[in-house]
Amino acid sequence: MLAQQLVNGVLLGATYALFALGFTLMFGVLRVINLTYGFYFSAGALLALWMARQGASIWVALPLAALGAGCIAVVLDWVLLTRLRRIQAPELSSLMVTLGGVLALYSALTSWLGPDIRRLPPGIVSVDAFHIGDIRVTAAQVLILGATALLVAALLLLMRGTRLGLAIRAMAEKPDAAQLMGIDTGRAAALVSFISGCLAGAGGVLIGLNFNAIHPYMGETMMLRGFVVIIVGGLGDIRGALLAGLALGVIEVMTAGYVASGLKEAVAFLILVAVLWTRPSGLFGRAVLRRA
Amino acid sequence: MLRRSLLAAAVSLAMAPAAFAQGGAPISVGAVEILSGPNAAYGTAIRAGLELALEEVNAQGVGGRKIALTVEDSAGNKDQAINAARKLIGRDKVVAVIGPTLSNEMFAVGPVVNERKIPIIGTSTTAVGITEIGPYVFRTSLPESDVIPVTLARAKARGVKTIALMYANDDAFSKSGFDTMKAAAEKAGLSILAIESFGSKDTDFSAQLTKIKSLKPDAVGISALVEPVSGVLLQARQLGFGPETLFVGGNGSNSPKLGEIAGPAADGLIVGSPWFVGKDDPANQAFVAKFHAKYGRDPDQFAAQAYDCMHILADAIGRAGAPEPAKIRDALLATKHDGVMGPFTFTPGRDPASTEGVVVLAMQNGKFGIAPE
Repeated sequence: MLAQQLVNGVLLGATYALFALGFTLMFGVLRVINLTYGFYFSAGALLALWMARQGASIWVALPLAALGAGCIAVVLDWVLLTRLRRIQAPELSSLMVTLGGVLALYSALTSWLGPDIRRLPPGIVSVDAFHIGDIRVTAAQVLILGATALLVAALLLLMRGTRLGLAIRAMAEKPDAAQLMGIDTGRAAALVSFISGCLAGAGGVLIGLNFNAIHPYMGETMMLRGFVVIIVGGLGDIRGALLAGLALGVIEVMTAGYVASGLKEAVAFLILVAVLWTRPSGLFGRAVLRRA
Repeated sequence: MLRRSLLAAAVSLAMAPAAFAQGGAPISVGAVEILSGPNAAYGTAIRAGLELALEEVNAQGVGGRKIALTVEDSAGNKDQAINAARKLIGRDKVVAVIGPTLSNEMFAVGPVVNERKIPIIGTSTTAVGITEIGPYVFRTSLPESDVIPVTLARAKARGVKTIALMYANDDAFSKSGFDTMKAAAEKAGLSILAIESFGSKDTDFSAQLTKIKSLKPDAVGISALVEPVSGVLLQARQLGFGPETLFVGGNGSNSPKLGEIAGPAADGLIVGSPWFVGKDDPANQAFVAKFHAKYGRDPDQFAAQAYDCMHILADAIGRAGAPEPAKIRDALLATKHDGVMGPFTFTPGRDPASTEGVVVLAMQNGKFGIAPE
């Protein structure tokens, strides 16, 4: 049982990390607690669902839905936050604007599509489980693990190994100075929004695939765990998000499996409070994005 | 607050003598249901049932008047539900309130409406203690404590000796269903191997299910709304639960949505139901046909309960002699109604009196059918 529980924990942790990747990027660079992030997640899953119902395979639907969610993110960021950035409004205003915006979006989406939980067409990925001894893992879960690893690697490569990454990091460090150095911060901000939106959309498709439950509010339910992961991992810290996500998943599963299932959620948020008390900048110290 | 209720009292006094005059203004009845948010499916079904019954009631009229129904959205939120009820009482001057959808909303709204001495009738509130809120609180839904023993007796007849229980610990409906299930399992002499909880918005149940699987129970009882139940079943199949484990659902599992969301993963689950779409009596067949003609889909249990409730309320308003809340309350207590759920009367404690209509259903190929013995 312990082995299966560990696998359960890692898989759950991978979904948390996958969800948090784009969130931490957006937060770390744009310095906005953008609550619309959960909406990109829902939108990605719903887009993929729509495409799958038109007969697209998951390998077509997944990237297209991710790109679609990225475009939605750019548009929403522009609509909701451009004005606030121009007048350099305090952080609280952008938080409240995105809160209002995301609630309006969820409600609109629900009244348009209905609140029902939808499933991807059967057979879109194999539902058979792989057996390794007593341990069972499904294809969707392997896909989540693989995608998380791949996306973390790609993001780190982008941030560390490209001029674009350098520009983004410069912007995260000091937007004004970055602009003086000739970086088009507006364009870079739009790009960060786009990448975050794509990550959220891809996460929505994969997590929707795994739990086979897609509905307009699915992003909202992930947001709270997302907060824990990005705060524990350090704002804007990509490796931190990965490690914090995995740790959170394993701790939650172990709590539910060996202590009491009722404490699962309490433990997650207790960790958040404990980390904020002792290491306010996250378990792994300074955010990677801001490091020169 | 005081002034408004005085005003309401004065208005109802002034209107009383002319109450049943032919062609008078419609009698105002309110409902508070979940029409938006994650649990909107229940409220939408209930509203459909109410509106279908209302058409039939208004085709004949109640003492020569029509009933005007105002349905307010609670969004599954207690505060919004209370505000909705206040609005119905203050603005629409309703003589009775139907709803709210969930038991935990009723625990918030019931006291408020009861205090104004206006009858409030839950059509889907099955938790323990609902009608104990006060003398104006009724329900037409069979409490789970009447349905679950019938389901567990069937499980036992199939050879179940050990059971593990799972429930959502963050809503009154699921928690009270669990309490009932646990008590009924103990009474039936089943040995309870494990008790595991989860949040009703959770999507991951792997830790709890892995633990339960290692204990090898004959049955797993689940008390939660249909969305989390579907999630539990989907994940149970991923973790290798086969047909050797009998899944037993509480009232929340009793929705066609279970088959739509969980698909074949739900096959084999049994659940007790106060009503079934395929129940073979003429009144029920007629209701299903009319519902299908109006909405293009089959009704569920929530629509059926609401349909009966609207007829029961209209009947009580007719017998009350005047559309006054206190008289309607007395008339409700004397209800004798033959509805789609079977014969209906209230106990003196304002709960449904008969369990005659309970049927045990089993899920097969994504659809409920009458369970084989």
